[in-house]
Amino acid sequence: MKKLGRVYTVVIYLFLYIPMIVLIVASFNTGKDLTTFDGFTLQRYAELFRDRTLLPLLGNSVLIAVLSSVIATVLGTAAALGIHSMRGRIRSVVMSVTTVPLMNPEIVTGVSLALLFVFVGVVLKVNSILGFVTLLIAHITFNLPYVILSVMPKLTQMDPHLREAALDLGCTPVQAFFKVVIHEILPGIFSGAIMAFTMSLDDFVISYFVYGPNFVTLPVEIYNYVKKPLQPKIYALFTLLFLMILSVMVLMNLMQMRDEKRRKLQRPE
Amino acid sequence: MSESLIRLTELSMLFDGETVLDGLNLTINDSEFLTLLGPSGCGKTTTLRIIGGFLSPTSGDVFFNGRRINDVPPYKRQINTVFQKYALFPHLDVYENVAFGLRVAKLPKEEIDKRVTEMLGIVSLSGFEHRAVTSLSGGQQQRVAIARALVNHPKVLLLDEPLGALDLRLRKDMQNELKRIQQAMGITFIYVTHDQEEALTMSDHIVVMDKGHIQQIGTPEDIYNEPENAFVADFIGESNILDGVMLADYKVRIFGHSYVCLDSGFAKNEPVDVVIRPEDIDIVPAEAGVLTGTVTSVTFKGVHYDIIVDFGGFKWLIQTTDFQPVGAKIGIMLEPDAIHVMKKSVYSDSFGDYSSYSDEYDELEDDPEGLCDEE
Ligand SMILES: Nc1ncnc2c1ncn2[C@@H]1O[C@H](COP(=O)(O)OP(=O)(O)O)[C@@H](O)[C@H]1O
Ligand SMILES: [Mg+2]
Repeated sequence: MKKLGRVYTVVIYLFLYIPMIVLIVASFNTGKDLTTFDGFTLQRYAELFRDRTLLPLLGNSVLIAVLSSVIATVLGTAAALGIHSMRGRIRSVVMSVTTVPLMNPEIVTGVSLALLFVFVGVVLKVNSILGFVTLLIAHITFNLPYVILSVMPKLTQMDPHLREAALDLGCTPVQAFFKVVIHEILPGIFSGAIMAFTMSLDDFVISYFVYGPNFVTLPVEIYNYVKKPLQPKIYALFTLLFLMILSVMVLMNLMQMRDEKRRKLQRPE
Repeated sequence: MSESLIRLTELSMLFDGETVLDGLNLTINDSEFLTLLGPSGCGKTTTLRIIGGFLSPTSGDVFFNGRRINDVPPYKRQINTVFQKYALFPHLDVYENVAFGLRVAKLPKEEIDKRVTEMLGIVSLSGFEHRAVTSLSGGQQQRVAIARALVNHPKVLLLDEPLGALDLRLRKDMQNELKRIQQAMGITFIYVTHDQEEALTMSDHIVVMDKGHIQQIGTPEDIYNEPENAFVADFIGESNILDGVMLADYKVRIFGHSYVCLDSGFAKNEPVDVVIRPEDIDIVPAEAGVLTGTVTSVTFKGVHYDIIVDFGGFKWLIQTTDFQPVGAKIGIMLEPDAIHVMKKSVYSDSFGDYSSYSDEYDELEDDPEGLCDEE
């Protein structure tokens, strides 16, 4: 039984990771065909870095991901602080309202946002409102709940007397936040930011409805690419993207481990 | 010395429509050690949080040096707090925890260093400057919390059951330590506890509270010797509380006998509560006593024995250094100063009967940590 369980686990992980492995191998393959591995080459990567369109698109994606996650983290943390200070009943209502957008199908969110932007465009008499700004606003919007949901538990875990102790020792509420509270909830803020960053980086569905011709992100453009025959340098790009996300995840796990160790130290009993 | 520093007038607090404090009036003198004493849930922490500025009273006023401070936020009050579970900042070491208030006040570096070093010396934590607060024992964390508050030289220090989490030995040491620091620095201490012994040992004045009301304010001796009602008599020390009738000034009838006492000013034949402390009862041979009874239980307490004596159905607790076996018939004598007469109150008849006495009695009295204390 135990052995069967282990085999099962291995099979599951193979299913999960084989596609990635195939992709990574393909990105180093000299052959034109996926079916045979002819030899090792960095040719694809060289092509990728010479490419005048793909790399700037990756840049666009990273730019949107960084900006939207940073802004969402600031707004989301402030929102979490506000929600945390609410009384019991109202707080749980607001928290439910926060989780709804997460459950909402992305395509619905995308279409709603697009409609809203177009409506605002008509009101403001702007011809082509869709572009960098709408993309950024959309990404901030769908990132917010992730930040709020990862900061909230840290706030509830925190000893409420810590903030009061800071006030007691002469801090204004703002000083109390920056001198004490933020240190307690920092792991939550970080994981919220990282989650927002990865969500934003690979978002396709919502972006597809709100991007404009002047500013395109990588996932959207790749969708347009794959309609044509796939160029091998795309494999190299995907591999880089995968490694990027992977390292962000590893970073996040390391931080969580550190946080847990710290909290264990705090409660030695 | 005895000029008023803090005054609470008609202070009331409601939580979700429930009255937690009901019309408190209290004057706290400069440089005194004042203790709020009462069972868990009586409103001690709430009172302290109102003085500290963490709660606004539903009605009533708080005065500090004659100025109304209801709307002054905590960071503008010359008051510091030692929180119930210390609330040390886990991301700062011992030195930085203690220096916190001084850094916020932007004092010069040398001044901060001088005061922190001096303060750590006072609480016997020299050499612990760069230890993480999470690596300290409960008693050490406690002392960091006290140092962190006192280093700011507040006019008033609020302490909420600061020794609650410590073991008995450490608690006794810290009681002496706190009293010493309070006297040396001349700071007003407002101390919250549900431990009557602690209150009696440390305080200049004790405020006995129950159900959001002040039951009695007085010196430890006043409270012990002249309890105002059955609740105070029962809560402070052990008491036998009996029904009596005041026959005339200095004359009270209990169980059909009349006794000479030291109390006067009651109406003729007024029903009263009579308190007799277990250590004030003299045991005599059965034939020489005014009352005779049978010993039903004996507990060795170290310095004395707790014996329960049945006087025709009503059981008394008597403390004596002479061993009396279970079943022995004994007599008792009551000197006038052993008898304390109180007016009847809502608490009459609910305390002071040892009929259901058992060895666990003491443990039941001591409220287990945090049972009713959590918000
Ligand atoms: N924030 C709060 N909300 C609702 N009820 C509270 C709150 N704080 C205290 N109480 C209630 O007020 C009463 C008195 O509490 P407290 O002042 O903490 O008592 P004590 O410190 O004497 O044990 C308790 O019944 C408690 O449940
Ligand atoms: Mg309390």
